[in-house]
Amino acid sequence: MGIRVLTPEKVSRLEKLLRNYLLSIGVNLALLIDEAGNILVSSGKNADVDVTSLAALAAANFGATNQIARILGEDDFSILYHKGKKDNIHLSKINDDIILVTVFTDEVPLGLVRLKANQLAKQIQEL
Amino acid sequence: MALIDLKKKEIYCKIVYYGPGRSGKTTNLLYIYNSLPEKFRGKLLTIETKGERTLFFDLLPLSLGKIKDLDIRLQLYTVPGQSLYKYARKIVLKGVDGIVFVADSLRIRREKNKESLEDLKEHLLEWNIDIHEIPLVFQYNKRDLGEIGIPILTIEELQEDLNRELKAPYFEAVAPKGIGVFETLKTISKMSIRYIVQKYLKYSD
Ligand SMILES: Nc1nc2c(ncn2[C@@H]2O[C@H](COP(=O)(O)OP(=O)(O)OP(=O)(O)O)[C@@H](O)[C@H]2O)c(=O)[nH]1
Ligand SMILES: [Mg+2]
Repeated sequence: MGIRVLTPEKVSRLEKLLRNYLLSIGVNLALLIDEAGNILVSSGKNADVDVTSLAALAAANFGATNQIARILGEDDFSILYHKGKKDNIHLSKINDDIILVTVFTDEVPLGLVRLKANQLAKQIQEL
Repeated sequence: MALIDLKKKEIYCKIVYYGPGRSGKTTNLLYIYNSLPEKFRGKLLTIETKGERTLFFDLLPLSLGKIKDLDIRLQLYTVPGQSLYKYARKIVLKGVDGIVFVADSLRIRREKNKESLEDLKEHLLEWNIDIHEIPLVFQYNKRDLGEIGIPILTIEELQEDLNRELKAPYFEAVAPKGIGVFETLKTISKMSIRYIVQKYLKYSD
């Protein structure tokens, strides 16, 4: 059991990365969340989205999928994607306890989101 | 894992209400939700089956008080108590900072309480958490049932069954009436925040 401390500099750096990699390609909302369901940083339009619930559910969803992976004999699934009529959500693992959540419409190609999420993950791992 | 955000000046603390099925975990959260004015509480999120049994978790975000110059944000979670949902309990416990064990005072639930505590210990070990180290409070709920002639366990029996070795603080409760609910919450949040702040001070040295 530990604690994670986010300094203002670190938050600004992470927010900038989210903007440069994801908001720039048209993603509406990008969040970095931890294993407990806390939001580390968020960026984008979230006025009418309940981000606290979203983060808790996304973390739980990821945890549940990892347990499913174990039942199937996989190590884990590192990506989850749900498609809606209007909004799509993409969850990807950054490292052992950080998950990237992105919300975007059909106007943004999924392949591009994947690519950018991967590049972003590398940047964050280096931090 | 607790989170301290020095930009927003917030400290996040995850508290999990654990215990056997139907012991009153969700009832605790509902009472807290209904008693607090809106400025202290966020949205109550529940994932339940049709029969009102928790299927995955409940979540109630609270913002109560300050420590140093940090706003305290508590995230109260419950687990599904039914034995079927073992994996869900494990997932909800991830990153926990403090635990309330809600035990059922009903005599016929005696073994279920003990099983649930063993299940908790097992999951904590899987996350490398020592039950002796993490902040923990017991709540002996449904104390009202004795008054209407239903056989309940005495406090001494509950203490002997669950808390003999752990020696954690405990409270008697009647959750739907709010008896013991805020006492429990106050104690676990104080303990958890103190624990996080101690770690933080060590970290910043
Ligand atoms: N008489 C009495 N009934 C209670 C008390 N606490 C809870 N109950 C009732 O017990 C039932 C189960 O309570 P819940 O809060 O849903 O139990 P839970 O622990 O969340 O159960 P799971 O979600 O299945 O794990 C409900 O009908 C409550 O009203 C109490 O102190 N006294
Ligand atoms: Mg419940």
